Parts: sequence; C-alpha cells; structure tokens
Amino acid sequence: MSLTNDIIKTRLVEKFGEHITDWSEPFGMLTMTVDRDMNLKILSFLYDDNDLKFQFLTDLTAVHYPNRKGEELAVVYHLHNLEDNIRIRVKIFTSTDQPDVYTATGLFAAANWMEREAYDFFGVNFLGHPDLKRILNVDEMDYFPMRKEFPLEDQTRTDKDDDMFGR
Amino acid sequence: MARPVRFNIKEKDTSDWGINIVDAPAGHMGEGFFATSMDKVVGLARKNSIWPLPFATSCCGIEFMATMGSHYDLARFGSERVGFSPRQCDLLMVMGTIAKKMGPVVKQVYLQMAEPRWVLAVGACASSGGIFDTYSVLQGIDQVVPVDVYVPGCPPRPEAILDGFMKIQDLVHNESLRRRNSDKYKALLESYGIQ
Repeated sequence: MSLTNDIIKTRLVEKFGEHITDWSEPFGMLTMTVDRDMNLKILSFLYDDNDLKFQFLTDLTAVHYPNRKGEELAVVYHLHNLEDNIRIRVKIFTSTDQPDVYTATGLFAAANWMEREAYDFFGVNFLGHPDLKRILNVDEMDYFPMRKEFPLEDQTRTDKDDDMFGR
Repeated sequence: MARPVRFNIKEKDTSDWGINIVDAPAGHMGEGFFATSMDKVVGLARKNSIWPLPFATSCCGIEFMATMGSHYDLARFGSERVGFSPRQCDLLMVMGTIAKKMGPVVKQVYLQMAEPRWVLAVGACASSGGIFDTYSVLQGIDQVVPVDVYVPGCPPRPEAILDGFMKIQDLVHNESLRRRNSDKYKALLESYGIQ
C-alpha cells in the first residue's frame, strides 16, 4: 500500500502524540508544528522508519515572525521521501531571546551549510553544529539581516537622496 | 616544377572594408632609422596591445562574452589574449555585482597586477552598486580600488563596453611615462590604503 499523508499522520501521532500540533495540508503537502526540543527525535524517526523513509532534506530555512511573542523564529525543514515521492514540512518555533535549536547535521550532511545560512541571516543558534559561522555575509557583521527590524538598504550610503528613494 | 597557384589570385580592393591600421607617430625618418619621442611610441604600443583581465561576476559578464565574440570583436583592439592571471594583465575589467564579501578579493587581484595597470568598471553594479542598494552589495568598486573608466548600463551594450575600452585606450596613449611615480598617483593609492 503506498504511503499517503494520512498514514504518515497516524504513525506520527501514535508515536509522538502531544508533541506535534497544528496539522495542515497546504497544496497537498503535509505540514506540522513540532516542539522545539523534539525536532531531532522526530526527524530521526522519519528517517529511520521503514515505511516513512524521509531520507532527503530538501530545505532547511528560518522565518522571522515578529508578532508571535515568545516564538518569533521558525525553523522549517522540508523532507522528501524519494521512493514514494512524498514531501512533508516540519516547523519548529523558538524565541529570539534563546534561539537554540538542536542541529540536524548528524542526520543529514546537507544541513551543515543550510544551518549556517539560517544562523547568518536569522541568528538561530544550532547546538552541536561543527562549524557555526557566517556563510554569505561578511564575517564582521554584527546583526542578522533577514530579521524584520533591519533595513534592506545600505545605511552607509551618503549620496542617495532619501526623499527621492523612499527610505 | 611547382604547381601554379590557381586560387585567390585576384588583387582584392580593401579600400572600403573599413580596415584601419594605426599610423606611426610624428617623428623624423631617415635611412634606416626613425626618431620620435619615447612616450609616443610606448603609448602607441601599449594602447594597441592591452591584455584585459575579465573579472566577470554577473550579467555584465555575459555582455562581455558577446563583446569578445566575433560580431562585436574586442580582439581587433589588440585584446586578443584575455588572461585570468593578474600578474600578466594590464586592464582589470570588473563586470558585475560585487558583494561586500567579494570586495577584499577584488582588491587582492588589483594588488597583484603590475604597474602600469588600469581598471574599467563595467555596468551599474560595479560603478555604484546598481539597483542593489542592500546590506550585502558593495556600492561601487571605487570603494576598494581606484577606477579609471566607468561604463554605465544595466547591462551596457557591447558597443558601450567597446566605447569604454576605447576611452581606456585614450588614457593609455596619453599617459606620461612618469605618472606612476608621481606624488599625485601615490596620494591616490594612499587614499585606498595601497602602498
């Protein structure tokens, strides 16, 4: 019997019940929110289980929701089951005061640079990451550019007229 | 007996092909010698044999590839040989967006070039950051290296790149031989932090 979203949901609920909330299926892709500290356990269950076999990490990214107090930073994992061609999305939320998340590099080698990017742009601190430093921005940068409070434009620019360029 | 030539034997009239050969500089010609001034000869030789280093980063690099192609040929200006080693090149053509992380790399490439060297900033991004007024893009390479000619455009047409190249040729032709040792040039390099 081929894998469907319902089977995945049943398996996850029977094992992790109360740790997974907020199920939805936007555009047919099963999406769930997971407790922050359970992320590795759920990812390894999805990896090792013989029916579920989500062994390909497509994307690991972060989102900043400034209006969700206490849960501003979301880390989103997109996983893919290559044999049955099913994708799922796992989200975890953490606050900006203590943005610690367990690293997925032990499970997926691809998570290494993707977590570095999430750290570089959002400041998510991945615990246990072998080499957590900035990857795309200059090393001396002291802020996290993709957080909503930081402006897009280069603030050191003196020759552009602010009125004309709408800053 | 050698076989007689059968093909390409008619004299070709090339007067209206638009072929230009560079004229010799003004000087005194005699039996077996030609006297002129040194900087004219050196300027002429340098101007028609510039070896560019194409530092092509993004879309302007594609326009440069078109310029190097046969339609807009850059080779007819003497730049047949583009090199990717700064040690061997005269002209650093920076074509494309330079990120702040790439700035020190451009500076390092510039430092490795031997005098006399010129810099051509091709495109809006290399000249001033272009449309990318963001935290990550260097707002013009003249923040890290001294630039001689800026070619505006997004991307500039190959004709515009050739026009910028011809302006560099004018600079090369008219440059005095002692310019690189002059105080003004030294002050310019000091302002960039280059010894």
